[in-house]
Amino acid sequence: MKSTTTLRRKLLSSAFVGFCGFAVLIALIPLAFVLFFVITQGIRAVNVDFFTHMPTPVGEPGGGMANAIVGTLIVSGLAALMAVPIGVISGMYMSEYAGTRFASLVRFAADTLNGVPSIVIGVFAYAVAVLPFKQFSALAGGFALGVMMIPIIARTTEELLLLVPGSMREGALALGATRARAVFGVVLPAALPGIVTGIVLALARIAGETAPLLFTSFNNRFFTTKLTQPISTLTVQVFTYATGPYDDWHRQAWAGALVLVMIVLVCSLLARLATRRLERMHARG
Amino acid sequence: MRRKELGFQMGTGVLGLVLVAIVFAIGAVLTKQSMLSIEKFGLSFWRTEVWDPVSGEFGALPFIWGTLYSSILALLISTPIALGIAVFISELCPARLRQPLVFLTELLAAIPSIVYGLWGIFVLVPAVRALETSLPDALRQLPFFSGPPLGLGMLSAALILAIMVIPFSSSVAREVLKSVPAAQREAAYALGATRFEAIRAALFFARTGIIGAIMLGFGRALGETMAVTMVIGNNPRVSLSLFAPQYTMAAVLANEFTEAADDLYLAALTEIGLVLFIITLIVNSLSRLLIWSMSRTATQVPEPVEPAVDAA
Amino acid sequence: MKTVHNTLAALAGVLLLIGGANAQKLQMNGAGATFPYPIYSKWFSEYNKQHPDVQINYQPIGSGGGVQQVSKQTVFFGASDMPMNAEQLQAAPGKILHLPTVLGAVVPVYNIPNVTTELKFSGPLLADIFLGKITKWNDAGIAKLNPGVTLPASDITVVHRADGSGTTYIWVDYLAKVSPEWKTKVGVNASVNWPTGVGGRGNEGVASTVKQTPGALGYVELIYALQTKQPYGSVQNMAGEFSKASVESVTGAAAAAAKQMPPDFRVSITNAPGNGVYPISSFTWILLYENAKDKAQARAMVDFMKWALTDGQKFAPDLGYAPLPADVIKLEMAALGKVKTS
Repeated sequence: MKSTTTLRRKLLSSAFVGFCGFAVLIALIPLAFVLFFVITQGIRAVNVDFFTHMPTPVGEPGGGMANAIVGTLIVSGLAALMAVPIGVISGMYMSEYAGTRFASLVRFAADTLNGVPSIVIGVFAYAVAVLPFKQFSALAGGFALGVMMIPIIARTTEELLLLVPGSMREGALALGATRARAVFGVVLPAALPGIVTGIVLALARIAGETAPLLFTSFNNRFFTTKLTQPISTLTVQVFTYATGPYDDWHRQAWAGALVLVMIVLVCSLLARLATRRLERMHARG
Repeated sequence: MRRKELGFQMGTGVLGLVLVAIVFAIGAVLTKQSMLSIEKFGLSFWRTEVWDPVSGEFGALPFIWGTLYSSILALLISTPIALGIAVFISELCPARLRQPLVFLTELLAAIPSIVYGLWGIFVLVPAVRALETSLPDALRQLPFFSGPPLGLGMLSAALILAIMVIPFSSSVAREVLKSVPAAQREAAYALGATRFEAIRAALFFARTGIIGAIMLGFGRALGETMAVTMVIGNNPRVSLSLFAPQYTMAAVLANEFTEAADDLYLAALTEIGLVLFIITLIVNSLSRLLIWSMSRTATQVPEPVEPAVDAA
Repeated sequence: MKTVHNTLAALAGVLLLIGGANAQKLQMNGAGATFPYPIYSKWFSEYNKQHPDVQINYQPIGSGGGVQQVSKQTVFFGASDMPMNAEQLQAAPGKILHLPTVLGAVVPVYNIPNVTTELKFSGPLLADIFLGKITKWNDAGIAKLNPGVTLPASDITVVHRADGSGTTYIWVDYLAKVSPEWKTKVGVNASVNWPTGVGGRGNEGVASTVKQTPGALGYVELIYALQTKQPYGSVQNMAGEFSKASVESVTGAAAAAAKQMPPDFRVSITNAPGNGVYPISSFTWILLYENAKDKAQARAMVDFMKWALTDGQKFAPDLGYAPLPADVIKLEMAALGKVKTS
């Protein structure tokens, strides 16, 4: 009697363990699938023209996404310009005054903003940054992406600042530094590598966003760096080409997707390396 | 000294205020822009099935249905897998594999939605179409499988959403499992539990947090736009069928927003954005509450008392 | 701290340089119909080659979008295959002129495996399919018009526009004229409550969806069917002939209207009478404020329109559009004189 129930329990346990391993495989299959297609189709499609040429008139094959690549860099840069100061300093407030009710409110707001769908942010940005100026623009696109970046950076900064050992802060304060001095001069630099990593990851994430750009930076056939004009971006261009009927457009869409995935991969790897290095440094120090 | 301290607090607090203000601003702006539609349709907006720009009749029901149906299906598919991954990585996995597996799941989460959409159109949809065509006729009678096998439709949308939600739910679930006190598992093993039984005990302990993690994934699925709009078929109809092309709130915004030809149309669309904002707000807040309450219970579990060791 | 300062200064310098380089170019934005997008895209590209300091950026978001964005003045000009109605004209902050650019055709494009012959459709037949009353390819109604073609017993997947579209307007305007049921049940607009089918975004989206969905039937501007090498059908005109869309048959459709062109150029030429006429043809218009605030852009736009009405017209036939009738061009040149350029 006892041995059969034990056997049953053991079998159940093995089945469960097997299921968990199986779950991992199941999740990795689509990842492999997606990466496989993006890489094989993308490599076939990518050529020098892709990085150096503008789009050709509709239906004519050839051309490239040079303007879209530059556009993504510009819009992401604008977003970072807006989000890094607000995000880092909010994060600073949340970590320094962690017990207060206002800090909890800020944290709640950051988490809420994180969960707002990007398309809703696009609608918001249209009403705030496009309509009043009667202009689609790179600035509006940067604003929309910036709004998305702020909570990510704020929370990362807060967590990293809290990780810095209290002794460092206390040491600075004991030596007579003001709070500002202590934070900016001692705590922040200690957490800086991690914060920079967090910013890089946030950049990689918003560089891949499409929805908020549809009604803000819109799109542009031409190469432009004027911030008050609509601008082409890699994600919107891939969307336009993917949903179009021309085979050459599809080819270029895969190339664009490859570039996007490469950006994400490189940033993730760099972030991993940086965190590994940080951990080693902290373990030693 | 005091003043400098206050200066620092106000200076940094102001930017925190900006963050809070942004959230309120989103709600306020969306409400203001949808006033025209709110005044005209009131609460019936949420129950009307008709979306007719010609006659100015706007009802959000097909989009609410499509959003909920696709997200719930995605949850059904992704939850066991996400939990399995979370358990595997946190409990069962050999230490060497842990880092690479975590990296891979993060990669799955980091792939842009548009890339999933592109893959969806050219790889997933034809595969789903082949699957749908090969379904035996007997099953076609069920309302779940009625309609022509297009590939584009609810099933493709649910599958792609599931793929995108898995890494999200699993990483939050992993965090939740980490906060289960070791005492729980140790007690289970001490009583002779199998792997499965010990983990089950941990899962039970962490159940509110796990539900919170799943709900966060749900919230993510609700707002997903690009991948869904490229595979769902864009047809505002309430339908049980997995084969039927349908529409979600996020997808209709992406497709029709810049093209709304009159102010009422635009207001109706903005109201859908407002509805989406409110729904995701509620789901996300609730899930964070659950996760937070679970981590509080975890820290309240008393630490095991070390037996006094005789120094002999 | 110093490195931060230096990097910021360098960035600012780069931005100024780039901004300076761009300062000379005149950048104009327009948005709207996907119907004429292939020829507009060719035109703006050619015009830019001849006038490198003028960049006209056109985004195909659908006619509905073109009307909306130009009314909100988020773009300088709009483009639509559906004339603005009195309400929309009233709502705009200034007087908007409709300036026809080319003539085009909307064709029924289909994807039936193993069927590459040209299918014949009649107006009422198309209406019934789009109403959802005819659901299979081998339906008696279709077979009657196409004897000798083996049609499969598979479902018809109707593909329509998911966005506000002038192409839709042209299509349903025609359907309403040939099917009273369509007129009462669905109506005519840039965006309608479709009884059945799947939605695609833009002409490109519909062409793309039809191409990838066996058994699909959609409607697109002629050039999209040609460029994607998809078979499209002929449609029965008022004279009873089965007419296939071509430069000649589309020009024929505009012949009667050209003689009686209203001064604001807003006219529908679907289901036009006469022989050799393609029944689903239409003008397409650029929407321009008569008195825009930015006079430099207004000047550039008028200059572009004059080019489009003369040199531009010769690009039309290669792309499947029909050039405007000479009478219309004459009237329009005069109308362009009304646009305030200073």
